[in-house]
Amino acid sequence: MQQFLESYLPAAPLVVLVYAMIPLMIILLYALFAIWFERKVAGHIQDRLGPMRVGGWHGWSQSIADLLKILQKEDIVPAKADRFLFKLAPFIAFAASYGAYAVIPLSSEYIGSMIDVGVFYFIAITSLLSISIIMAGWASNNKWSLLGAMRTAAQTVSYEVPTVVTILSVIVVTGTLNLMEVTEMQSGNTTLGFLPNWIIFHSPFMLLAFVLFFIAALAEAHRVPFDLPESESELVGGYQTEYSGMRWAVFMLTEYVDLLLLSLIGVVLFFGGWNSPFGSFMDGPVWGVFWSVSKAMVLVFVMMWLRWTLPRLRVDQLMNLCWKYLIPICFVNLILIALWEMLF
Amino acid sequence: MELSAFLFYFFALLIIGSAAIMVFSKNIVHSAFALMFTLAGLAAFYALLYAGFVAVTQLLVYVGGILVIVLFGVMLTTRGYFEKIKTRTVHLLPAALFSMAIAIILITVFLSTEWILAPLEEEVFTVQGIGELLMTDYMLPFQVVGVLLLLAIIGAVLMATRVAGEEEPPSASG
Repeated sequence: MQQFLESYLPAAPLVVLVYAMIPLMIILLYALFAIWFERKVAGHIQDRLGPMRVGGWHGWSQSIADLLKILQKEDIVPAKADRFLFKLAPFIAFAASYGAYAVIPLSSEYIGSMIDVGVFYFIAITSLLSISIIMAGWASNNKWSLLGAMRTAAQTVSYEVPTVVTILSVIVVTGTLNLMEVTEMQSGNTTLGFLPNWIIFHSPFMLLAFVLFFIAALAEAHRVPFDLPESESELVGGYQTEYSGMRWAVFMLTEYVDLLLLSLIGVVLFFGGWNSPFGSFMDGPVWGVFWSVSKAMVLVFVMMWLRWTLPRLRVDQLMNLCWKYLIPICFVNLILIALWEMLF
Repeated sequence: MELSAFLFYFFALLIIGSAAIMVFSKNIVHSAFALMFTLAGLAAFYALLYAGFVAVTQLLVYVGGILVIVLFGVMLTTRGYFEKIKTRTVHLLPAALFSMAIAIILITVFLSTEWILAPLEEEVFTVQGIGELLMTDYMLPFQVVGVLLLLAIIGAVLMATRVAGEEEPPSASG
């Protein structure tokens, strides 16, 4: 992929730039589509139709219309806000989310960076997201925003533990931190003769590990039932209360980018990444992008489905769930997976 | 200019600039956020030196862990809505002499040392070596650090519960 770009582009920095921008194309297209899709999912779950008017077929261009509208909105900064930090926060949030795409293999020919500490880097860079939310909450100089930010800090620090432990239980099996190698190990069609060689089918405990990872990932992405940082019925809008126009849109974009990111990481760790589910059928670099994105879209759909099905947890329930249930189960599961790995 | 040299100077400027903001800012929260850029810039330096593991650890431990807790602490403990820190200069003469002495020592060391420049090796993957060393040669320190951290966690939990316990009896008796 890099050689291909080098043969067409004149300068090395340009190659790096274009190479780094490839996930952005996918993300922007996806975000437009996902916001419309979420509204359709919400509508159908609640026995409505959702947006139907803009663009003809089932209102497919609703998001484009919304984007054009939001571009024209005034960028309001509250008088008593900390101007610089207030303006900076959305961009740090997006940079933190986008930075994590550097280690996600989108296809067998595309990964941003082949560093040997891929998953570790992923865990580290996503923690910048919570800092940007604290920054937004504090700089807004608003009670709701600050409360939302504090909740985010507490929630992220707590839920990082189960996320890291479940990721570690996958690493125990693969023996490498590089996500490209993790994906390559899941090629082929061997488990029980008919199942794809994905890690989730590796042992019964892996299924549990995935469920735990998914719960923790929902909390890390601040999605319902864990969307306490922005719970609209008690905190108005949480950390984004004071934001408007494009800056709010960047936060919205970050939320959806994060959703895809955690789904992609789940797909890479448990569902074979860019590998085709049918062995060598529809396999290859271009199909790889198709498979990794469409598998991730299935997980994104499940997250949306949960959002419109489950009620929100209370703060103390959230902490109880994490420290008293998730973390002990995660550790026991990690030990069981390690044992399974030693015995078989 | 080469890309790596450009990145080096970019991050050097970022580190120096944000460190200056951190020291001179009168707003403690601004200082904390400036610290984030300093620490992240240092992580970028490690990455430029092909020390990927150290870079990511720097990011995870300092930016993701310690800084979040610092911010959390600052926001929870500061009363009266983030008063400006009172900065004034005390002990001007001893401080000046002391910093001069440190500066002279550092510059002398920098000039008198014969720097050994290792040839550039691309793509040195370090994490496997670190892991193997931790599990063989440095097994005992590794385990001791683990026990130490466990003790710290248990101590923190104990302190937190004791405070809650002291508050409870009056409400129970009254």
